[in-house]
Amino acid sequence: MARLNMVDAIDQALQQAMDRDPKMVIMGEDVGRDGGVFRVTDGLIQRFGDQRVIDTPLAESGIVGMAIGMAIAGYHPVAEIQFSGFVYPAYDQLVCHAARMRNRSRGEFTVPLVVRMPYGGGIRALEHHSESMEAVFAHVPGLKVVIPADPYEAKGLLSAALADPDPVVFFEPARVYRAIKTEVPEEPYTIPLGKARVVQEGTDLTLIAWGAHVRTIKDAAQKLEAEAVAKAEVIDVRTLSPFDYETVVASVRKTGRAIIVHEAPRSCGFGAEISAQIMERAVLHLEAPVVRITGFDTMPPLGRLEDYYQPDAGMVVDAAKALLKF
Amino acid sequence: MGSVGEQVGSAGLIELYRCMVRIRSFEEHAHKTFLKGGMPGFLHLYSGEEAIAAGVMDVLAPDDYIVTSHRGHGHLLARGGDPKRMFAELYGRVDGYCRGKGGSMHIADMGHGMLGANGIVGAAVNIGTGAAFACKYRGDRRVSVAFFGDGSTNRGTFHEALNLAAIWELPAIYILENNHYGVANPQSDHTKLKDLADRAAAYGFPGVVVDGNDVLAVRAAAAEAVERARQGGGPTLIEAKTWRHWGHFIGDSAKYRDPVEHQSWLDRDPIPAFGKVLVAKGVATEAELQAIGEEVEAEMDAAIEYGRQSPFPDVSELTMDVYVGDPQGTSAGGRS
Repeated sequence: MARLNMVDAIDQALQQAMDRDPKMVIMGEDVGRDGGVFRVTDGLIQRFGDQRVIDTPLAESGIVGMAIGMAIAGYHPVAEIQFSGFVYPAYDQLVCHAARMRNRSRGEFTVPLVVRMPYGGGIRALEHHSESMEAVFAHVPGLKVVIPADPYEAKGLLSAALADPDPVVFFEPARVYRAIKTEVPEEPYTIPLGKARVVQEGTDLTLIAWGAHVRTIKDAAQKLEAEAVAKAEVIDVRTLSPFDYETVVASVRKTGRAIIVHEAPRSCGFGAEISAQIMERAVLHLEAPVVRITGFDTMPPLGRLEDYYQPDAGMVVDAAKALLKF
Repeated sequence: MGSVGEQVGSAGLIELYRCMVRIRSFEEHAHKTFLKGGMPGFLHLYSGEEAIAAGVMDVLAPDDYIVTSHRGHGHLLARGGDPKRMFAELYGRVDGYCRGKGGSMHIADMGHGMLGANGIVGAAVNIGTGAAFACKYRGDRRVSVAFFGDGSTNRGTFHEALNLAAIWELPAIYILENNHYGVANPQSDHTKLKDLADRAAAYGFPGVVVDGNDVLAVRAAAAEAVERARQGGGPTLIEAKTWRHWGHFIGDSAKYRDPVEHQSWLDRDPIPAFGKVLVAKGVATEAELQAIGEEVEAEMDAAIEYGRQSPFPDVSELTMDVYVGDPQGTSAGGRS
């Protein structure tokens, strides 16, 4: 089986979906001739032509607003936003229109739209090129929010998103794009949206993350096991909306301890929602308070400061040791 | 009336008149009921602007798309919408087009290619552009018509959408219903332009100014734009100058308008003006026009009663239809 990085896995998912679905259209800034600034759509314009892989002007609200109209009128647009920090002009379109059409029209109109965007830090950029604002999308009823952790996950989750009848915001952790390879089957497959993944089972505490920080908690779990401190259960949330609280709560009921890791700012981050769900559903199973390890309530900084901003495996190990002694 | 009147024919002219009378009657029925407290939400009336919806819809094919604004009752009615279901929607009842969940501002009806009224100013511009893209992509010669007001043209989204439509030569028709106020903000305060159709020059496609209170003038301009779009000639911006008889919404006293100017527009009410033309040209008699008014009044009396008697949605509908495949409603909320 081929070992692919996330860029190639996503490209393959897009190509296979475009092959299957003649109503699918890719649009965005530099997605065609240039193949995308991260080369995620590389080769697609050669295969599908410039009528299906469309280079647009720099106009995010125009791109997403148009994509909504196309979706209602029977197409399956896939819009790329060059960096997630550029999406805010289109946030109006997503929140006020894409998310609501189905409910507003009582099911008469649906918006089968996927908005893909690279997000998150670790690429030595700052602000708009590194931020992690997934929670502001997860808060919007009617949107689905999906974040893959590795290439295999990316192909399966994106394939599911591309077949989904509702609008999906698909965050691609830019730092993972070329950092790791996994085995990725050539044949199409999907991973259902709304189902978290138990990456490895454990008994003493539950580590919860998504996107790039699934690797952080896997590394932490390895260190904890290597030091014979604890056997940690590792959960990749995969989709923030819909959120699979059953898998998370079942794990915490078993382990009694939970650490949630995200690089987004702490306050009102999605970790707060997960913590609340655990409190509501598993409080009597808890041996210690739920802990969040997160970015800071500030803009993602440039350069070396980012090393302080981002959670890392060492922080998770330290927090785990404290929790076990609580 | 000239050549346009000849093209439309007597029966067609009377239908244009009836269409405007039905919109006016619908709006005034809603107005009276709303003031009595019988309707939820907000109400933005189209009274005074009827000639635009009537004129434009008359040249569309059944499978063309329209996307409209918060002032959208007239568009759906002119497009063939059923006033019974529209009133039910205004009342928030299950027989409404959106089962009572869209209300006045979000009526949508795929059956008439009506992709939705919208509570966000100018939203139709972008969504209509997308539908136009779909038309071009399919190559089926359909067109997409977006309705919006003068206030919309100052939004960034307006620029983005019209530029996209221009570069891709989309079959989009932009109907700018210029009632001269963005809520309470007069045109002279929100733009330096006298004619907002001039904005089309920035995108490289035709911009046309038309008397929005003259149904035949609107119809002629729309016919030319629709034909150009169907032939692959790209978009058109039509600025129809008009006036709303009431405030921005019911409850807005519209004291910001000059009473003399207001009266001058009321004197140019599109419905009696067109009625006079029909009588002068011998297309209809005063008595026939009066009979139309009475028929329409009875139709709207019955329609609003239908809406009033339609049941409220069950409370279980609160969380329904948030996602496909979730018809029973499993959205989280309330006490956990």
